[in-house]
Amino acid sequence: MEPTNSIFFAKTIFILIVFAITLGVAAYSTYFERKIAAFMQDRVGPDRAGPFGIFQPLADAVKMFMKEDFIPSHANKWLFIMGPCLSMLTALMTSAVVPFGDTVTIAGVTFDLQGIDVNIGILWVFGIVSLGVYGILIGGWASNNKYALLGGIRAASQNISYELAMGLSIIAILMFSESLSTRAIVEAQQSTHWNIFYQPLGFIIFIICAFAECNRTPFDLPECETELIGGYHTEYSSMKLGFYLFAEYINMFISGAVMATLFFGGYDYPGYEFIAGKFGDTPAALLGAGALIGKALFFVFVFMWVRWTLPRFRYDQLMNLGWTGLIPLSIYNVLVTGIGILSGQPIIAGIAGIIVLLVGLVIYDQLKFKKKIA
Amino acid sequence: MKLTNRTKVLEQGEMTLAERLYLPAIVGGMATTLKHFFQKPVTIKYPEQQRYLGPIYRGHHILKRDENGAERCTACGLCAVACPAEAISMVAGERKAGEENLYREEKYAQVYEINMLRCIFCGLCEEACPKQAIYLRHDKIVPAFHERDEVIYGKDKLVEKMDQRYLREGWK
Repeated sequence: MEPTNSIFFAKTIFILIVFAITLGVAAYSTYFERKIAAFMQDRVGPDRAGPFGIFQPLADAVKMFMKEDFIPSHANKWLFIMGPCLSMLTALMTSAVVPFGDTVTIAGVTFDLQGIDVNIGILWVFGIVSLGVYGILIGGWASNNKYALLGGIRAASQNISYELAMGLSIIAILMFSESLSTRAIVEAQQSTHWNIFYQPLGFIIFIICAFAECNRTPFDLPECETELIGGYHTEYSSMKLGFYLFAEYINMFISGAVMATLFFGGYDYPGYEFIAGKFGDTPAALLGAGALIGKALFFVFVFMWVRWTLPRFRYDQLMNLGWTGLIPLSIYNVLVTGIGILSGQPIIAGIAGIIVLLVGLVIYDQLKFKKKIA
Repeated sequence: MKLTNRTKVLEQGEMTLAERLYLPAIVGGMATTLKHFFQKPVTIKYPEQQRYLGPIYRGHHILKRDENGAERCTACGLCAVACPAEAISMVAGERKAGEENLYREEKYAQVYEINMLRCIFCGLCEEACPKQAIYLRHDKIVPAFHERDEVIYGKDKLVEKMDQRYLREGWK
């Protein structure tokens, strides 16, 4: 076989595997969400379908398919169908630029464990994530229902607000890697020079924004049941609703993978060189892919952990946090990172930045807020 | 006006800086949920796993037999009178010769029916019975009904089986 053909073939198989992993993880996220919720509330959770209830996702899928696929007569039919499809499509497209591993050689074919290595990798993620809100907005609008529309509007304004802070927190990462390519960002973090050590503040900003972008608690206002019934998916039923819920879990997994890529060294793990030296590059790279998926799954767990800990924000609190809290904070983070790079001591600068921030907050607090004397 | 001096004044002052930053509280909350994550669930998986309801739980009715296997009930009707829900009805009969091993006294209940939809499991029949014939078991509950004709329990369901006698704590 010609080399170009064989690489094409290998990449096709790799992309299919990534698809399968993403969909499988998303399916089982629904099960683990319920299990984790149960464990955190001292319950057992689903345990009827198969041993420990591990066939629950299959049962849920059968239930979803069997339900009536209802399209309201007042809804805009094509947009109504397009909404969940767009959500699903954009959720799956993001994984294309995530570098799952280093170069591997299988059956004489050498290729990267990455869908496409584009030099605008992280911008691709941002572009697709921004498109993802269209799925929710179109679904909410096409339903021709006040609650759905309000949910869609909330999703749109929330995503736009938090994308700003998210982008600013990534700028600090880009200042280190000097490249937008996700592979270059990961390669700059090899041998445990993970960005989390240089960018603790940036990571906190990023993870808060990721919660908001994925519409997860405490920022799940677009589907806030107490105010909006079901939010943007009020009118949806059957597998169209399933697509929306599924897209949310895929987004969680992918944003976990992106967080691992940007802040936790991607496919890097302690002892990479040792394993590469002892067993060769390919096993080390495959183990690295496992490490990346493990890190992403850990973030999925964090997403669920936070969901079952925190109550929902009020909408004005959400906007207040985004615009007056996170955006100034991320601009400050960019400044601190710049100082760190110029002084050549990024770790010390990062820690000093946090200390200066806290001291500044305390001083501001003492001057500004007069305590009531009881 | 204060009645006692035990009132606690719960004046919530201004939130401190740490409280207004939310993050310490969020970390604390997540620690709490993680602690619960590793605790044993308190769930009792009901149909497979049943909890002990206590020695005086008022469950399924039982018409006791004496130690020789003769029915104790003499169809006096006091339980039916005591029943606030009027769930109990019975037809009395006279014991024939040769039935002494079946019925303890000369008069017995030919028919004894409890309407389980009416019964409120108050236990007044048990208290009213002068012959210690009717009891509400502590170890068995009346199952759910699926048909209307399952609702009225006759003697076939109520009379104690000699091979699985009902004994309470403190009885011989």
